[in-house]
Amino acid sequence: MVEQVRKLLDKKLNSIQGLEELRKSLQADKDSSRMVISVCGGTGCRASGAEAVVEAFAEEIERQELAAKIEFKETGCHGFCERGPVVVIGPKKIFYQRVQPEDVPEIIAETVVKGGVVRRLLYTDPATDEEITYETDVPFYNRQTRHILGANGEIDPTDIEQYIAAGGYAALAKVLAGMTPEAIVKEITESGLRGRGGGGFPTGRKWQSCRAAAGEVKYVLCNADEGDPGAYQDRSILEGNPHSVIEGMIIGAYAIGAGQGYIYVRNEYPLAVEHARAALDQAVEYGLLGEDILGTGFDFKVTINKGGGAFVCGESSALIASLEGKVGEPRAKYVHMSEKGLWDKPSLLNNVKTWANVPLIINKGADWYAKIGTPGSKGTMIFSLVGKINNSGLVEVPFGITLREMIYDIGGGIPNGKKFKAVQTGGPSGGCIPEEFLDTPVDFDALTKLGSMMGSGGMIVMDEDNCMVDVARYFIEFLKGESCGKCTPCREGLAKLSEILNRITHGQGVPEDLELMADLGEILHDGALCALGKSAANPVLSTLKYFKDEYLAHINEKKCPAGVCRELLTFSIDPEKCTGCGVCARGCSTNAISGEKKQPHVINQGMCIKCGVCYDACKFGAVIKE
Amino acid sequence: MDSSLDFAAIQAMFENNAAKVEGLIDSYVDKKEQLISLLQDIQAEFNYIPQDVIIKISQKLDIPLSQVFSVATFFQAFSLKPRGRHTITVCVGTACHVKGGQRLVEKMARDYNLKPGETTDDERFTLETANCLGCCALGPVVVVDGKYESQVNPEKLDKILKKYE
Repeated sequence: MVEQVRKLLDKKLNSIQGLEELRKSLQADKDSSRMVISVCGGTGCRASGAEAVVEAFAEEIERQELAAKIEFKETGCHGFCERGPVVVIGPKKIFYQRVQPEDVPEIIAETVVKGGVVRRLLYTDPATDEEITYETDVPFYNRQTRHILGANGEIDPTDIEQYIAAGGYAALAKVLAGMTPEAIVKEITESGLRGRGGGGFPTGRKWQSCRAAAGEVKYVLCNADEGDPGAYQDRSILEGNPHSVIEGMIIGAYAIGAGQGYIYVRNEYPLAVEHARAALDQAVEYGLLGEDILGTGFDFKVTINKGGGAFVCGESSALIASLEGKVGEPRAKYVHMSEKGLWDKPSLLNNVKTWANVPLIINKGADWYAKIGTPGSKGTMIFSLVGKINNSGLVEVPFGITLREMIYDIGGGIPNGKKFKAVQTGGPSGGCIPEEFLDTPVDFDALTKLGSMMGSGGMIVMDEDNCMVDVARYFIEFLKGESCGKCTPCREGLAKLSEILNRITHGQGVPEDLELMADLGEILHDGALCALGKSAANPVLSTLKYFKDEYLAHINEKKCPAGVCRELLTFSIDPEKCTGCGVCARGCSTNAISGEKKQPHVINQGMCIKCGVCYDACKFGAVIKE
Repeated sequence: MDSSLDFAAIQAMFENNAAKVEGLIDSYVDKKEQLISLLQDIQAEFNYIPQDVIIKISQKLDIPLSQVFSVATFFQAFSLKPRGRHTITVCVGTACHVKGGQRLVEKMARDYNLKPGETTDDERFTLETANCLGCCALGPVVVVDGKYESQVNPEKLDKILKKYE
């Protein structure tokens, strides 16, 4: 009896065939005509209150005894974060946005019971003012190719059986059933996959050199230290589909002959850590990780390590130092990681997105994969389209799409009728691309040619209200704070750049500063130890190249054309427009605004600290910023 | 109030904490390389890393004190000072920056006399900044005690903070 119960509880799969049988039975159990309610439970939607929505659905389903009729799940990130909490009702995929717990009974009554649509929760396309019912018709989604992100909205990331039912671990089964390690490496090489973490190094070549490296002990590492501000696709995948990453890592381990893997994930991503941990435990429970994987004799373990909040640890050698329990300082890279990495053993480090691409390539084949994208950049790339943009969120598109299509067709353009100024790509190592290059097809090489880079796929859109000198100053301040201080060019160069940019934004710049900054950029590029320092001046160099007039306005006229640099601004009140409502005076923390009720108010310039609260508070546009 | 009772309670708390610290450090004796993870556990327990714990780690795990100290001060996640009852994290990532995240930091300095890394005198709040919390579509983002707040402006920040005493 005890033995029988143990057998029932023991979910360990002992063979490849066992996995396929489980998949078949899971798929057979699934009733495709059943209604499926999926609520996005990613960090973004949770910030907008998704947890309460999930609870409300669970309660309502129980109250109305609907559990047998519908399938209800909390999934990973759907990508359209700005419209969260997002609820999608299948099989037709009715798309409800900004859903609150109060809306739940109506959704159940209207859509689940009667099969109708709750119109007020539909998305309205800002471009056409048209209400859109189905997810597949929303422009934000219908122009995407979601090979990697697609499953996020379909499966509950904490339930391995949903991943298996959706075809998960089929690539692992294929590999273990009859692909030699050489054949796997060949497949990855021929697919043309390039590292998605920023550098764009050919993945197959990395695998090959790690496979060829001498040594019994090798490691497989996953870089989930997604430090680039403005990018969050790694978080989204690890939260929403952790098994795709784990499956990729197991295949990688099998190909190079590694027995141990590590996922190095940011401390700032608690939900990603939780889901990845749960996924690892389940994979072990199902015999997909650990000893004798699927009865094939192959052993592989994965451990999670949380980072300590240092941007530089996304750099490979700093990440390794951190994994070894040391300070995250990079080292010179004349010895490759694929030969001497973690604890001086050959190590294969890939980004979360790169790992998630592996099962796809194995399942569909290198030929299929290599047909997507541009000659130099294959497959799809996930971008986080954020900043001053109407449809903000995660976007997966084939390489080769133009910036204009991204920003206007998928992103829906710039909000509030403002004018586009620049798009910042590649994080702090990237650059700002102006309007004249919007028709550039996006791939690794094209962005580098423009003085920016792919990085981890952040795309921050800026409008006329953003000051490009301030943006450059922001990135330099960021990097100054994150520089580990080991090498002099980076430590001192960034301190100097920051000093100059702060001077310029405070109205104390001199024309010679521009040349000096360009020189410093060159020194950083040539002299810094790691990629952080080498590319640190890119935000300055690219803005100098494309937005020199803004620098000159700060230096020569002591003006900030975008109205951002506070020391160069004056706030005043237009007596014609001021109605004397007093909202500005009440919000002013230094009591600098005075005036009688219903009479025009005035700002005491001596007391004004230029915080801009009055400018935002005035409903009549009476506060002038110049 | 019976002061001897209080004293006993405080003593018990100290002993309890000391035992916890010992236990945590002991569990890492065979995995010295996971120093960062140990420090994270300590910080999760006490909200900061006390000085005597750093010394104890060095002794018990046989890692030079300088190395423990350098790791504890290198990573932003660790604090060597006690923190307030509530931790406010303002995201200053790029997407939040272009939407005015910096103004929230300025507001905290202006209205709460609180700069990043500092704790208010009444130990109500500790302010931190993060270089990106990965909620870029919802900026500016503020997290208070793990709860994410989206599209925060200075006025909304006041309302949010009122909920935390």
